[in-house]
Amino acid sequence: MWDYSEKVREHFFNPRNSGPLENANGTGDVGSIKCGDALRLMLKVNPESEIIEDAHFQTFGCGSAIASSSALTEIIKGKTLDDALKVSNQDIADYLDGLPPEKMHCSVMGREALQAAVANYRGEEWSDDHEEGDLVCKCFAIDAVMIEDTVRANGLKTREEVTNYTKAGGGCSACHEKIEDVLIAVNGRLYSSEPKPKKAPAESPVKPQLTNYQRIRKIEDTLEAIRPMLQRDHGDVTLVEVDGKKIYVALSGACQGCQMEAATLGGIQHKLVEALGELVQVLPVGAMANH
Amino acid sequence: MKPIYMDNNATTACDPAVVEAMLPFFTEQFGNASSIHSFGAQVGKALKEARVRVQTLLGAAHDSEIVFTSCGTESDSTAILSAIKAQPERRTIITTVVEHPAILTLCDQLEKEGCVVHKLKVNKKGRVDLDEYKSLLNDRVAIASIMWANNETGTIFPVEEMAEMAHEKGIMFHTDAVQAVGKLPIDLKSTKIDMLSLSGHKLHAPKGIGVLYVRRNTRFRPLLRGGHQERGRRAGTENSASIVGLGVACELAQQHMAEENTVVKKLRDRLERGILAKVKNSFVNGDTLYRLPNTASIAFEYVEGEGILLMLNKQGIAASSGSACTSGSLEPSHVMRAMGIPYTAAHGTIRFSLSRYNTEEEVDRVIAAVPPIIAQLRKLSPYWSGEGPVANPEEAFAPSYA
Repeated sequence: MWDYSEKVREHFFNPRNSGPLENANGTGDVGSIKCGDALRLMLKVNPESEIIEDAHFQTFGCGSAIASSSALTEIIKGKTLDDALKVSNQDIADYLDGLPPEKMHCSVMGREALQAAVANYRGEEWSDDHEEGDLVCKCFAIDAVMIEDTVRANGLKTREEVTNYTKAGGGCSACHEKIEDVLIAVNGRLYSSEPKPKKAPAESPVKPQLTNYQRIRKIEDTLEAIRPMLQRDHGDVTLVEVDGKKIYVALSGACQGCQMEAATLGGIQHKLVEALGELVQVLPVGAMANH
Repeated sequence: MKPIYMDNNATTACDPAVVEAMLPFFTEQFGNASSIHSFGAQVGKALKEARVRVQTLLGAAHDSEIVFTSCGTESDSTAILSAIKAQPERRTIITTVVEHPAILTLCDQLEKEGCVVHKLKVNKKGRVDLDEYKSLLNDRVAIASIMWANNETGTIFPVEEMAEMAHEKGIMFHTDAVQAVGKLPIDLKSTKIDMLSLSGHKLHAPKGIGVLYVRRNTRFRPLLRGGHQERGRRAGTENSASIVGLGVACELAQQHMAEENTVVKKLRDRLERGILAKVKNSFVNGDTLYRLPNTASIAFEYVEGEGILLMLNKQGIAASSGSACTSGSLEPSHVMRAMGIPYTAAHGTIRFSLSRYNTEEEVDRVIAAVPPIIAQLRKLSPYWSGEGPVANPEEAFAPSYA
């Protein structure tokens, strides 16, 4: 059985705002019967103030789908439409003290129902290209469709690249075979992840040297490119110090103390090694104090 | 209130007599059966007895046809991989779409490695088409592997007849009988079945012990090579305590076979009738004429199974669902889909699987518990309105996206 939080259980057994809503003026029907999760969200919006005066739901789905629906109605009641639209799926999951990775799609469905209901109220057409595949990486809740799209969009060739771009496979590593299956399906073959033998190891005499300034700029640019990915998960990274081959960074927000901290640092290091063309070590700022 | 366990197709409680028989093998009887000294010899004798007990339950001609393994999955893998390795000129496997993942996942992998896999379709009742099966039997087929009974619906397959058909064409036949052994009388010596898998924990023996029956003269290649255990067909020191436990469980299963098919069956039927009479828009899945005596697979339309299980669990009732959401994948059970059960019913399917430990009082408690749970969840369902489904449910609620 799933390891649901108390909050999820409580909202499942005592759902708030369930059943049809009289005089609803915005309705969003989303989900997939095939996947066994579907939700109708009904809103009563005050036309003057655009405040959501009442919200009800009807859900065909598992325990966490019902709990997510219930949580959603509680979160958005009393909010203006614009404020309500700022509610993310992570907010829904957080409200419930977290959801198992396999169940994060329930919170995504909640957010989409909200968008659809608001669009319906405003007389707009809502469409979603949402497609969900089989869950591949359980540590980071990454599904096969997401991996496939990223592989195609970026011409990824190795499992390491997939991990750097999507985080899939960056945790327990049990899903590496499945990631390789996706790579084979897209690329027709599996490319070796060994470093190319042609590239001479470190001591190449013609290697263009960066000035100190250029080097630090490059490090900053690389970190800047990584930040959006971390921010998506409510984390962040900042550069603290560069000491020769040692680059000290500070992880903040959700990254801080996360079980995956080492994997995150590893991913950042990989990107920096690629960008700088030299072997560097990325260390948490804490390691500097022990120096 | 005492909890009610009705998930015996998932796993069973060890019979107390099984546990009692096993205990000495963790303490004074710790010897290695292969050793020459008396510590080993006594264990060797116990294993021999257990082997005969398994042989008796299966109606096998020889006790040397019983190979102890670690589980049903290992037995399945051993059987299929053996057939492929022993007959390199044959690369085709025939099976069904409703097999356990122990067979299906392996077959999918073998397909990637160049084998041809034919999966027999099933009809609404979950039955295969024997003409289709017959048309696939040719000299490129390495093995036909057909489950004896389906774990989700209990539907029984005509494996004895299918084994005869394979045998006539010189094709090896394996059956995954994990759900059937102990619930149906089996007499392998009077059949043409070449290999059969069973799993201890489905018949009140512990987890971690299985058997592969290999008929004498069947060409065989071991999965695990090493020591001479199991006559070299499955290397690795014997799990002596569990083997002894399985032996006792087989003897008990033999003694309770009639009870399983009368008393347990009656309880199952009472449960089914009771629930169907009180819950509208519900029906039984599978072949109600040919199925295991202990299994009831009931579809409750317009609700999702996990919610039902959580609410049952709150009342101390354990069952399982054919729904995706309990397994982490999104699709409903492949068995329900293969039978063409609509999504709105497949997701709401609950399996109650009974055992000889269940009582009439428990059945009546479940009959009383289920209807209010379904009613409560239907109140939340966009397909339901008041006392019945909304008119034209598929049109009335047609959510957007994949």
